[in-house]
Amino acid sequence: MWNYTDKVMEHFLNPRNVGKVDNPDGEAIVGNLSCGDALEISFSLDENKKIKDVKFKTFGCGSAIASSSVLTEMVKGKTLEEAEKITNHDIVDKLGGLPDKKIHCSVMGTDALHAAIANYRGEKPKDTNETKYEGTVVCHCFDVTDVKIRELAKENNLKTVDEITDYCKAGGSCGECREEIKQILDGLWKREKETSGKDISNQKTVLTFAQKVMKVQEVIEQEIRPALERDGGSIEFIDLSKDTVVVRLKGRCASCPSSKVTIKTFVEKKLKELVSEELKVEQE
Amino acid sequence: MDNGKLIYVDNNATTKVDPKVFEAMKPFLTEYYGNPSSIYSFGGIVSKYIDKARKQVADFLGALPEEVVFTSCGTESDSTAIYSALSICSNKNKIVTSKVEHPAVLNLCNYLSERGYNIVEIPVDKNGCIDVQRIDEAIDNNTALVSVMWANNEIGNIYPVNEIAKAAHAKGAMFHTDGVQAAGKIPIDLSKTEIDMLSMSGHKIHAPKGVGALYIRKGLRFNPFLIGGHQENGRRAGTENNAGIVALGRACELAEQNMDYELTEVKKMRDYLESEITEKIPKIKINGDCSNRVPNTTNVSFEGIEGESILLILDKMANIAASSGSACTTGSLKPSHVLTAIGLKDIMLHSTLRISLSRFNTMEEIDKVVETLVYAVKKLRDISPFWKG
Repeated sequence: MWNYTDKVMEHFLNPRNVGKVDNPDGEAIVGNLSCGDALEISFSLDENKKIKDVKFKTFGCGSAIASSSVLTEMVKGKTLEEAEKITNHDIVDKLGGLPDKKIHCSVMGTDALHAAIANYRGEKPKDTNETKYEGTVVCHCFDVTDVKIRELAKENNLKTVDEITDYCKAGGSCGECREEIKQILDGLWKREKETSGKDISNQKTVLTFAQKVMKVQEVIEQEIRPALERDGGSIEFIDLSKDTVVVRLKGRCASCPSSKVTIKTFVEKKLKELVSEELKVEQE
Repeated sequence: MDNGKLIYVDNNATTKVDPKVFEAMKPFLTEYYGNPSSIYSFGGIVSKYIDKARKQVADFLGALPEEVVFTSCGTESDSTAIYSALSICSNKNKIVTSKVEHPAVLNLCNYLSERGYNIVEIPVDKNGCIDVQRIDEAIDNNTALVSVMWANNEIGNIYPVNEIAKAAHAKGAMFHTDGVQAAGKIPIDLSKTEIDMLSMSGHKIHAPKGVGALYIRKGLRFNPFLIGGHQENGRRAGTENNAGIVALGRACELAEQNMDYELTEVKKMRDYLESEITEKIPKIKINGDCSNRVPNTTNVSFEGIEGESILLILDKMANIAASSGSACTTGSLKPSHVLTAIGLKDIMLHSTLRISLSRFNTMEEIDKVVETLVYAVKKLRDISPFWKG
């Protein structure tokens, strides 16, 4: 049995603001049946653009229901800008704590809130499951992408695969993606460490071939991939022979008609700037 | 919150120690602490009680006393049986088992699979039934062991173990069954079967935790799992758990005496529970093979809600202890392998409750369970985005 706090149990047994707002200004549902939990949130604004009414419906465990309930209490009366600033940690704090393995319930809360706000701003349809998260899916059991994993890791200083699982469930079912998650984390934190120590743009001295390969990989992972991922694409380093970098574009970039332009004006430019002026970039 | 007296309906997880069992074991925790292997009478007296317990277990199983080896739990019995078969048939490297085994068998098989053994897990149909023919087809002359549980812990299905044992023997393989959930719930008479090895556990039949038994058919070649002293006739080293063994013996005797009650009265309570909730709660599904189940178990899915939250309401509102196949209750995030194996749809998979009764339950308790369940399911469906009631 989980050691839920009294606050969690109280919200679970007496959830506030259950239901759906009539004529909502923003609404969204995140999660789905196969994942084992889902949260639908809807809100309306008053004349001052503050959240006047907010309601939820949750399919999930006790902590999912309690997280949703407490979140609705926290956002009521706030502007969307204020509401957006609420983090999953704020939800956990308000509940007096959640078991590690239930942190993902609080993340689902902020995810749903952000999706509903995006829906209000016309950025997203109400069912976010139709517009997949940016990036490539790493955990197929729970539909979690590399972008989401990096985002959670950075925001919450997560260093291990288990921590990632606690936050978004990725890697917690079949476990096949655990190695991939580990690589993402290793890549992310290695980069952070190096960049905090020294600015890589100042490192453009004469490099050995091996150093050059490392550097190219580093710049692709650190500078280029995150930028492409923001547009739903991605990139993979394939090879370096002499000064020709071979890459594979993935996701949206792969089918994008202007991918050649991307290669020249963005990928090549960045690599020239940060690694070596001699570099040329080609698609696989 | 005054939520009343405990209503314990999770007897497939563990059971209450029968007061009569406790009475029987108590002296061995207090005055009779001798080592049964010792030569003096203070040890010898204990050894007599261990012999008596062995006879009680043997009678309960329809076995000979020398066919019973005491162990520490069901898992140890399972491991012992599987490792023994593999070491005796060292020229073979295949195990045929089912997809719905207890983790004690399944996870050991996964472990062995990583070390080069060929493990074949036979799937089940949507009612959790196993097709003996499929097992038969999977057994070949490279098969060391076939291991299929007698009764399933989650859905309660009873499997045709004797038929499977015959199929195994026809091709020269040994047959082991995890009988942990069958013992005490349905009659067992091993003398009428071809089963080679059977595991059982004390704490599922109103004895305490920490004691189990392994039946090893007379004449079967066997290698011990725990190596050390000569205890259990060289088949299981380690100083005997005197109190536990005496308790297991007494528990078996009581299980035998209560078998008719189990098959009639306990079944009556289970069937009443199922008919009440089926009538009072829409969109539910009873899982498993309703025509061939142990009498105490029901496994039911409630469309559109999640299992852990049902358990929490049962617990907090009425002090009811039940169990769920939902992922959230364990923290593993993975729904039960049994419910996955029977192909439950997503809308049902995460919303499953297992209620398992014992002879200590009462009709009043069942009424309370029904009443609380009706309340819990309605409340949670009102909150659920997937309930279009």
